[in-house]
Amino acid sequence: MSCRGRAVLLMLCCIALPATAVIAAPATDTLDQLMALLSQRQHGHVTFTEVHTSSILDRPLESYGEMYYDAPDRVEKRTVKPKPESMLLEKGQLTLERRHKQYHVALADYPQAIPYIEAIRATLSGDRAALERWFRVTYTDNDAHWILKLVPLEPKAAAEVTEVSIEGTLDEIATVTVQLANGDRSVTTLHEAPADHAEPAT
Amino acid sequence: MKPRRVSVAIWLLLLAGAAWIIAHARFTADLSAFLPTRATAAQQALVDELREGVASRLILIDIDGGDGPQRAHVSEQLAESLRASASFSSANNGRVASSAADQKFVFDHRYLLSERVSPGRFTVEGLHAAISDSIDSLAMPTGFLQKDLLLADPTGETLQVLEQLTPDSGPRYSNGVWVSADGSEALLVAQTRASGGDTNGQELAVGAIESEFARLSASSRSAVTPLGPPALRLRMSGPGVFAVRARATIIHESIRLSVISCVLIATLLLLVYRSLRTLVLGLLPVVSGALAGAAAVALGFGVIHGVTLGFGVTLIGESVDYSVYLLIQARRGANGNAADAWIAGFWPTVRLGLLTSVCGFASLLPSAFPGLAQLGLYSMAGLVAAAAVTRYVLPSLLPENWTARPLDGLGRRFARAIESLQHYRQLLWLVPVAAVAIVAVHRNALWNRDIAALSPVSASEQQFDTRLRSSLGAPDVRDLIIVSASDVESALQASEAVGAHLASLVESGDLGGFETPARYLPSLEMQRQRRAALPTAEVLQTRLGAALVGLPLRAARLSPFIAAIEQARTTPLLDRAALTRSSLASGADALLAQRGNRVVALLPLRAPGSGVHAFSIDAAQVKAALGSAPAGVSVTVLDLKQESDTLYASYQSEAIHLSLLGLALIVVLLLVALRSVSRVARVIAPLSLAVLVVCAALVAAHQALTILHLIGLLLIVAVGSNYALFFDQRFAPGPAAQRNTMLASLLIANVATVMGFGVLATSTVPVLSALGMTVAPGAFAALLFASLMARAGKPEAL
Repeated sequence: MSCRGRAVLLMLCCIALPATAVIAAPATDTLDQLMALLSQRQHGHVTFTEVHTSSILDRPLESYGEMYYDAPDRVEKRTVKPKPESMLLEKGQLTLERRHKQYHVALADYPQAIPYIEAIRATLSGDRAALERWFRVTYTDNDAHWILKLVPLEPKAAAEVTEVSIEGTLDEIATVTVQLANGDRSVTTLHEAPADHAEPAT
Repeated sequence: MKPRRVSVAIWLLLLAGAAWIIAHARFTADLSAFLPTRATAAQQALVDELREGVASRLILIDIDGGDGPQRAHVSEQLAESLRASASFSSANNGRVASSAADQKFVFDHRYLLSERVSPGRFTVEGLHAAISDSIDSLAMPTGFLQKDLLLADPTGETLQVLEQLTPDSGPRYSNGVWVSADGSEALLVAQTRASGGDTNGQELAVGAIESEFARLSASSRSAVTPLGPPALRLRMSGPGVFAVRARATIIHESIRLSVISCVLIATLLLLVYRSLRTLVLGLLPVVSGALAGAAAVALGFGVIHGVTLGFGVTLIGESVDYSVYLLIQARRGANGNAADAWIAGFWPTVRLGLLTSVCGFASLLPSAFPGLAQLGLYSMAGLVAAAAVTRYVLPSLLPENWTARPLDGLGRRFARAIESLQHYRQLLWLVPVAAVAIVAVHRNALWNRDIAALSPVSASEQQFDTRLRSSLGAPDVRDLIIVSASDVESALQASEAVGAHLASLVESGDLGGFETPARYLPSLEMQRQRRAALPTAEVLQTRLGAALVGLPLRAARLSPFIAAIEQARTTPLLDRAALTRSSLASGADALLAQRGNRVVALLPLRAPGSGVHAFSIDAAQVKAALGSAPAGVSVTVLDLKQESDTLYASYQSEAIHLSLLGLALIVVLLLVALRSVSRVARVIAPLSLAVLVVCAALVAAHQALTILHLIGLLLIVAVGSNYALFFDQRFAPGPAAQRNTMLASLLIANVATVMGFGVLATSTVPVLSALGMTVAPGAFAALLFASLMARAGKPEAL
């Protein structure tokens, strides 16, 4: 079976889980339950739309692209519009690609990027320890619809970002809102990508 | 008696002189032995790069073991202390490049440094395009990088400069310092003040890094528990490191192998002579030859190369032959002593053999490559000295009534063996046919075309070097443009002109990218132009009003931008001294160097990673694109790999030509001495057969021939000519005793030679083992063929 086929099958399995009678219906009443649920997902591929509102700009900026996730430590965000650019977090290494150049940095050396990408990675992989290492975490759940509020602990990140708020249903993230210290705000909405989209070559 | 004492006195004086010269000689082991003294402009540029260039001064440092923070800490401390050391012009571990001071420097000078600053950038259209680009970037994943900059730098010049300064694929970072791809090793690059060709200077630099690391890791170790991670380990690579290591290896190997050879040969001779005194006397010509060879090279070249020194060992095997002949062949005649009888009877043959060898090696003297010429001179001086000491000094040191121990029994057995072997003489023609066939089949793989074959650097060290270079995003330059001008300003201006042409090649996809010192330090002229491109506050204000139409940004917010431009219009221009406060200085220094009274700028080229021209650069196309250089400036496009391959090929073909010339000289010499074409043919035939057979054997064993094998073949001729001449002149029915003595001496001489070179074949230094594996079997083959082809005719007079 091709790599892609296997990935799709795994995703289908994950989605099909709630329907199986053998395992109890997943609950997201507590943060631990949510984390356990999320950690079962091995791959993810979504499209995103991001709306960025800035105090210095007269109207919001929009961008869109795709995000890929491979458990437990690979997240890639590929922006298509307005300009192609990518940001890849893999095993703690951050690779930025813009205008045909690559920049490699360790996440630990670049705390400003933590609210933007590590927040999503740690949530997707159900890595509670990582979330609590970088953020003060508040969790609310309302009938399988949950909200994670993350306040950066790292001083450089805190100087930049006031709060990251991640909302979702069961094991799917719906929106990520980043509230910046200077009043700017970006809201990213995620949608499951069409199944015929290829996985990125890894 | 008196003249004999005089000869001993002269010998002792000469020995003392030679020892003094060697004690004051300089030894080196860099590539210089293989670089030509006469060269084309491109070769000269290559040679300069290899000897003096930035790449030759780089030491790549790798620290593993310990844990991440520990490695980062030691990396930091090491870089700091190397920067402070007088032996290093720079040391980089990645930290400086990302420092806040650097970012501030770039921000403060963005309008002088940005390659995008031109009058067009600040027109209404230019501003609109640049600002809308920056606004778009805000929405990007990396937008948070530039948000704070937008109002003061809406055209994005700071990011443009940072992008200019970032290598296309730089090293990774961890804990704020450069690390290998998997993060398990910390990486640094140090640049020495000593050039790569200065092996002593490189040795000091390598030693400084080692001792500094030992100190730092010892202090960081004390904080570690015994059960913690493994101890920190330092590894280094680079041309200078290799040269230092190669010199140490060659010297160590030379000493080790000489000792082994000497012990083996001395044991053999002790068994033969049964006299310690005779043994010691027999080794005197060997020692004299080695000293004379080294002293002659020191006098002739001013510096002794490691290869030459190693070669000295090989001559033990040959120079010992002369005294073997004397000490076995000399018998007391009816009147007069043994030595006098030998001088009258055998010396002319030995002398002719010596002259043959000298002719062979003299052909190497005119070589444009010092390494080859040194080997030639060393051999000539060494052999002449050994033979002269045998002829003029040994007889005076032998006791009055001394005579050689009879070895007739050994000689008789050898003679019988020859006789029985000669029954198969008719089959001898098969040997050259088979050898030629083997060589012909492998003719395409006959010569090793890779210069690395001569390198004493092991394959694993080379792999480590390659890995380190690729991790570091690598100054492992293959294609390079060298701009040479009379001063820094004209070198930078020419680099900018070349850079503009290269940029269009990058645009068209024919080139992947390039580096230029002008990115770190633009010429003053370019900075003036950029400054002049900045509009006044009023003009800018008006244009901004028009440029921002349709964009979500209001002009009123951009007052920091207007103030910055106003200030930049009068900022002082940057020179090299102004860069000193930033890490841009090391970038500029790496690509800009004072060489003699010229300033040289280097522009390394990078092949495209994809497309029609993926992974290759068409040097001719680049040359054509550059156009002509201004007066007083020279621009050279250099493909280092191709140029060094060409160089090596020319080295090889020169050596082949010179060897053939040597062979011709030998034939002429023999024709003059023997005055008979058929006799010359009989002397040459076994030697040619031996050479052919060895070539075939090496090729069949997948040993592609290098220059050192060629020297080995020359040595086979030198050694074998003695055998062939003895058989030609002494293998006569006459007194059987004399013939048997001669045969015994040849056998002993041969075993000594094969032992000497056989030991060499075990060396880890490629040049030494190449010589050993060629000459050891070759000398044996030469004796075998000479005896098989010997005619039992009447002895002929010289």
